[in-house]
Amino acid sequence: MKKSGAEIFLECLKKEKVDTIFGYPGGAVLPIYDVLYKADMRHILVRHEQGAVHMADGYARASGRPGVVLVTSGPGATNTVTGLATAYSDSIPMVVFTGQVPTALIGNDAFQEADIVGITRPCTKHNYLVKDVKDLARIVKEAFYIATTGRPGPVLIDLPKDVQTAVTDFSYPDNVDIPSYQPNLKGHSGQIKKALKLILASERPVIYAGGGVISSNAAAELTSFVRKLGIPVTNTLMGLGGFPGDDPLFMGMLGMHGTYAANMAMTNTDCLIAIGSRFDDRVTGKIDEFVPYAKIIHLDVDPTSISKNVAVDIPIVGDIKNVLKVMLKELTGAAKFKRSIKAWRTEIDGWAATHTLSAKQDKKKKIRPQYVVDRLYALTKGDAIITTEVGQNQMWSAQFYKYKNPRTFLTSGGLGTMGYGLPAAIGAQVAFPEKTVIDIAGDGSIQMNIQELATAVDQKLPVKIAILNNRFLGMVRQWQELFFDKRYSSTCIGNKPDFVKLIEAYGGVGLRAKTPDEVDNVIKQALKITDRPVLMDFVVDATEDVYPMVPAGQPLNKMLLV
Amino acid sequence: MDKGVRHTISVSVVNEFGVLSRIAGLFSGRGFNIESLCVAETLDPKVSRMTIVTTGDDRILEQITKQLNKLVNVIKVYDLTGEEYFERELALIKVNIKQDTRTEILSIVDIFRAKIVDVSPRSYTLEVTGDENKIRAITELLRPFGIKEIVRTGRIALGRSPKAK
Ligand SMILES: Cc1ncc(C[n+]2csc(CCOP(=O)(O)OP(=O)(O)O)c2C)c(N)n1
Repeated sequence: MKKSGAEIFLECLKKEKVDTIFGYPGGAVLPIYDVLYKADMRHILVRHEQGAVHMADGYARASGRPGVVLVTSGPGATNTVTGLATAYSDSIPMVVFTGQVPTALIGNDAFQEADIVGITRPCTKHNYLVKDVKDLARIVKEAFYIATTGRPGPVLIDLPKDVQTAVTDFSYPDNVDIPSYQPNLKGHSGQIKKALKLILASERPVIYAGGGVISSNAAAELTSFVRKLGIPVTNTLMGLGGFPGDDPLFMGMLGMHGTYAANMAMTNTDCLIAIGSRFDDRVTGKIDEFVPYAKIIHLDVDPTSISKNVAVDIPIVGDIKNVLKVMLKELTGAAKFKRSIKAWRTEIDGWAATHTLSAKQDKKKKIRPQYVVDRLYALTKGDAIITTEVGQNQMWSAQFYKYKNPRTFLTSGGLGTMGYGLPAAIGAQVAFPEKTVIDIAGDGSIQMNIQELATAVDQKLPVKIAILNNRFLGMVRQWQELFFDKRYSSTCIGNKPDFVKLIEAYGGVGLRAKTPDEVDNVIKQALKITDRPVLMDFVVDATEDVYPMVPAGQPLNKMLLV
Repeated sequence: MDKGVRHTISVSVVNEFGVLSRIAGLFSGRGFNIESLCVAETLDPKVSRMTIVTTGDDRILEQITKQLNKLVNVIKVYDLTGEEYFERELALIKVNIKQDTRTEILSIVDIFRAKIVDVSPRSYTLEVTGDENKIRAITELLRPFGIKEIVRTGRIALGRSPKAK
């Protein structure tokens, strides 16, 4: 059947079972928007293209399905770059379509022309310029395949305007055939055997699990593996939710703002089992003194992650879910092993008891931000999807909310993008209309994509925003306090705007808590609202810092404690 | 840091718009160095073959090969270093001539099995093929006569073992 490029675009998305597009129109995508006008496809009109990409990202992280974005050429396309880099850092599957000037004009500095394929090459898993409408269906098929397989990531497709209007026979390919792209999903069985042997011979094992567990949907396998062997677990920021945060074997997050127990366990372990984690510098601290006594097993789908920062003893390249299944099948002697490492677990419990994270609130003092997160946890019974901005708010959200399930903690871990949380929350709410979705925000970050409140109001999405309002770019202020002699250069942003009035102006609900007594009430009121966004402005103590803290470049056991 | 050993890597890629810049971008973005890079179509017009010369220690080389492999358009990466392979480079050299230096230059041309591809009243343009040492040697010998211009192709390489294909 003959179809135009714009119609083919829509048909391909339907074949990929896409139900929602996050987008913003412009001259170079008018033919597609014209097709969408009468199409049976949800389109979420955003207020800034960066917002669209973070929404698609939040949608993808929450649901596991790739997010889809549509924007125009030039400035529309360049506005997607931060969102793409964010998704690329955290391996989030998405397909972004950008309009482009007609093929005849490409390279002529035409109006609203940007070389978006060139610009985004280093921040996409792959990208395409479609030069002929005949290639369009194949390219879309490939793009979804590449975005969602192996180590997932964003893929961009640049669609010149004349390709959108050109007509050709349409048929959607059943399979992809990319000989040069063959991710290795099955772990090497010899390596798996070696790994099991090493684990069973260890005395002080630790599992250090990252975002790979979540992207490969391996939380259930990880949990049963851990429970069989009784090995203590720590998660990276990206890994939170990949193992139940309320399990007695869970030590909390590790790294720069990790718990005392997790970082001490890392320092003393003799067998580190890294699962879907990539030895980021925020996790390792000083690399030469990282896990000084350990043999390392590393399980990851991406060969480039292995031995990149830290040399490992037993690498296993493969899909984590697959590999863990095989490990579970081959595992023998688990019960005996579990008993044998009792002493190690007691030692860890001892560390955990000496330095616990405290959300205690003196009712006569200013609101502590940690207390707010703790109350959000209690009053949502740990069942909300939490997104965060970047900074102290992000770290407290990681420390004080316990994530029981994967895909319930959405944060920009790799790139650390302020302005991520609100659009990501909107995306997650689109994917799960019935769930409670809360963006735990800083008063700085929230202003980076605040315009998306209009999108949430338009779409009647009841996203909740909890601003831990400290009138500072708090995390930067903390570094200035600790490492720059309290010279607070350009980090005091002051008490503005009035966030309650601001959200009211957009058509949402604003609430404020100034004292500890008001916190619960504000949260309870917010949780009742189901038809529009609500913003909770928590006026918190500006002097609170995130602890423990491993200063950059120090080994993990050199923590600053409260 | 120790700069490590020089490696010659052969890379087969899908002959497609933008591949070269993907590869160049990978090297510059990750701080890997490229000493030379050659690329041309193979017998199969859909596939190009690149020869990349780079240096680094084992860990860096491991990253380079893995990162190259990770690019969607890269079909095969093969590090030729440490096994038998042939390496060639072609140079075009424009050298000054005078009445009394001609014969000496001609004998150098002869010894190196170079070719004179152009003659003008004041210069010869020579074409010479060989491995890196040979090119360096002839350049050194010609330098005293005055090299006006030199252009080199960069190295291409082919392994002897069938695996290296
Ligand atoms: C787009 C962007 N710009 C700058 C930074 C650097 N940065 C990291 S944390 C931070 C402060 C964040 O302040 P706020 O949102 O108020 O959160 P708080 O730390 O106070 O919780 C800044 C500026 C960043 N991460 N992202």
